[in-house]
Amino acid sequence: MSTITVTPIATYRTDDPYPFCPGCGHGPILDRLNDAMIKLDLDPARIVIVSDIGCSGLSDQYFATSAFHGLHGRSITYATGIKLANPDLEVVVIMGDGGTGIGGAHLLSAARRNIGITVIVMNNLNFGMTGGQHSTTTPEGGVTSTTPHGNLEHPLDICATVGVNGAAYVYRGSSFDQDLADRFVAAMTTPGFALLDIWDLCTAYYVRSNKFTRAGMEQSMRSWGMEPGLLYERTVAEYAVGYRQAHASIAGMPVAGPRPVAVDHEHGLDRPMSFVVAGSAGGKVRSAARLVAMGGLRSGLWAAQRDDYPVTVKAGHSVTELWLAPDEMPLTAVAKPDVLAVISDDGYAKAGPYLAAMAADDLVLTTPEFADVSTEARVVVLDPKAAPKRIPKTSLGLVFLAAAVSLTGPYPLDALRQAAGSGSFAEVNLEAVETGATILDQ
Amino acid sequence: MTTDAKAPRREYVDGATAITRGAIDAGCTFFAGYPITPASGILMAMMRELPKVGGIAMQGEDEIASIGMCLGAAMAGAKAMTATSGPGISLYSENIGLAVMGEVPIVVVDVQRLGPATGGATTVAQGDVQFVRWGTAGGYPVIVLAPSSVPESYGLTAKAFELAERFRCPVFLLTDKEIAMTLSAVDVDEYPTVGVVDRVEKNGGLPYSWKPAGAVEPMRRYGDGDPFRLTGSTHDEGAYITKDSGKVAALNQHLIAKIEEHRDEIEMVDADLEPGADTLLVSYGVTAGAARAAVARLREEGVMVSSLVVQSLWPIPETSLTAALEGIERIVVPELNMGLYRREMERVAGNRAVLGVNRIDGTMITVAEIVGAVL
Repeated sequence: MSTITVTPIATYRTDDPYPFCPGCGHGPILDRLNDAMIKLDLDPARIVIVSDIGCSGLSDQYFATSAFHGLHGRSITYATGIKLANPDLEVVVIMGDGGTGIGGAHLLSAARRNIGITVIVMNNLNFGMTGGQHSTTTPEGGVTSTTPHGNLEHPLDICATVGVNGAAYVYRGSSFDQDLADRFVAAMTTPGFALLDIWDLCTAYYVRSNKFTRAGMEQSMRSWGMEPGLLYERTVAEYAVGYRQAHASIAGMPVAGPRPVAVDHEHGLDRPMSFVVAGSAGGKVRSAARLVAMGGLRSGLWAAQRDDYPVTVKAGHSVTELWLAPDEMPLTAVAKPDVLAVISDDGYAKAGPYLAAMAADDLVLTTPEFADVSTEARVVVLDPKAAPKRIPKTSLGLVFLAAAVSLTGPYPLDALRQAAGSGSFAEVNLEAVETGATILDQ
Repeated sequence: MTTDAKAPRREYVDGATAITRGAIDAGCTFFAGYPITPASGILMAMMRELPKVGGIAMQGEDEIASIGMCLGAAMAGAKAMTATSGPGISLYSENIGLAVMGEVPIVVVDVQRLGPATGGATTVAQGDVQFVRWGTAGGYPVIVLAPSSVPESYGLTAKAFELAERFRCPVFLLTDKEIAMTLSAVDVDEYPTVGVVDRVEKNGGLPYSWKPAGAVEPMRRYGDGDPFRLTGSTHDEGAYITKDSGKVAALNQHLIAKIEEHRDEIEMVDADLEPGADTLLVSYGVTAGAARAAVARLREEGVMVSSLVVQSLWPIPETSLTAALEGIERIVVPELNMGLYRREMERVAGNRAVLGVNRIDGTMITVAEIVGAVL
């Protein structure tokens, strides 16, 4: 007699029996997933089963693969992170219909991204673990513990939702399908996002409450317009691979690091000096303060600017507090500015506390419309209309700050000219600095 | 200026940029976040910079997805960070618990803004100091670091990565709108030197062990060696769900002990103690600026005062506090909330008076206000 060598069938299952109710479809679905893994002959360590909460979330413990058992409805997010970090892994999400509700945004986004994961939805039309409550997929009229008089909501068509939003592979079937393992294989070998909406019977709840049967389920799919079968199949670029390709050209480029400013001027400060510009958002107040700070750095000063503005980008106030200091200083609010520039109605509305705190040796620079501000400080009115050239609103902040630098002399104007001339909008900024330097003479 | 004087080497930069650089220099390879003022600067910088070092930066569909992706990526070997503000931390809450339970190292940046709810998106506050500590169910410890300047933003971000690896837990970098968005001059030589702390890994065996004295087990990585599991459920050392009370206790005690019994490795303060002072200023984050300036002004006026700027907010730096409290009769705690950290000081203060200097109006605490409270 010849010896027959029998190769034991490899399995990705552990020896433990499933914990599911008699007649539940979850076990057969998992058996078909096991068959698919055997067909693919994958290294169990390279398979990550990602599950979340509900009866479906018990699944991962019965496989000898790697697993990530996370929070309700979030399995797709973990799976996305795993696949992004290591595109060589085979990432399979097992979730329930419950997860398509609480995690609906993730389902949509994963399909749109075409992240290369396979999502198996064990869709038994209700929440089984928590007592048979209705879910996104409970049919209209379906009786559950939270729709005792019949469900009033339209059931979610999971497949159509991910299908019209770009998913690479979309299949609807049931736990009774004979070729389910092949469908799993096809899904797992498709680059991009694959989803299988697998209907099954919840014998504990939905079947009991609705006299639901296999035949009824299969008939229902069609009568509700949710045809079974392979519904979408597309050739797409898998996201994790696509991300790497899209960024290959910048890989290895140096990360933006500190670029110290050259110091080629001397400053004139022996104590910290504070400037506040009270203007309008969209008026380049922050940019102007930044240039004045850069002029300070070019003169060996320390600087800091604290910007205040509403959430709107180009409407409302924009108030910047700017410190120039001969020595390093901790960040503090400006309680009493040495110089306050009030350049718009929005700014004026915010300037009250500064104006009230200022003293006789402080300086307020403003336009003719705010000439009568109430303050102890010296008020110098600059009339933009008297300038030889029209001053754009977006230059007013820099014009006033240049005038302030010129008047109070924390550092030479040449340092500000250099700062203004070396960045974006150099021409406009240089013109603003010159206007600020000469406007005082007019 | 004499020719032999060292020319200053200063840049003009904000805290968000420093956080980004600190993360990348500490070996961050994965970032996911969702746009939110005032944390968006970190998201945008990460999208721009991280691919340069071969990393991945994602804008999630929401905050929950963002932290979820970080957890998945971390278990596949990445060093992950996310950044948000108070509303986003609210949405992170459950996944922070998963990071605690699954012992997943991640860095979570909270750029605080004024709350509650939407609050003030562009308005400074320090209202999350208790929230980040107790922001997930169960009350288990996390680590929270708080920078008070741009160089600290850089250094503490890197430190957060180091501690996340060391303790396999979420580490928060608690900053705020002003520290993250204020531009300031920084001496480029003032940045601390940081390095990549390699993850301690193994490629086989149980993913967890509840060692005595709270030591942590080396990490596993998906795809490397044998299969392994992670679960958010109460589990044994193999990450299998258990209700065995002995195993349940061992797990939960471990999650506490691994941090509480190693407080000395986490404590970080900037102590500026003056012998003979009877008042101690305890500050953190953006308010430390005014506190430091107040200390300088008080000493100029001949008032003796000590200062402790706390960088490791949680666990409470009890050793440093105890040392600083020597001879102190009064503790003054300025903060942009109504006394959230002050209550921790009251806990360690004994019979000493504990005073707060507080604001919740969106403006900063001034130097004069702190000086006034001390005098």
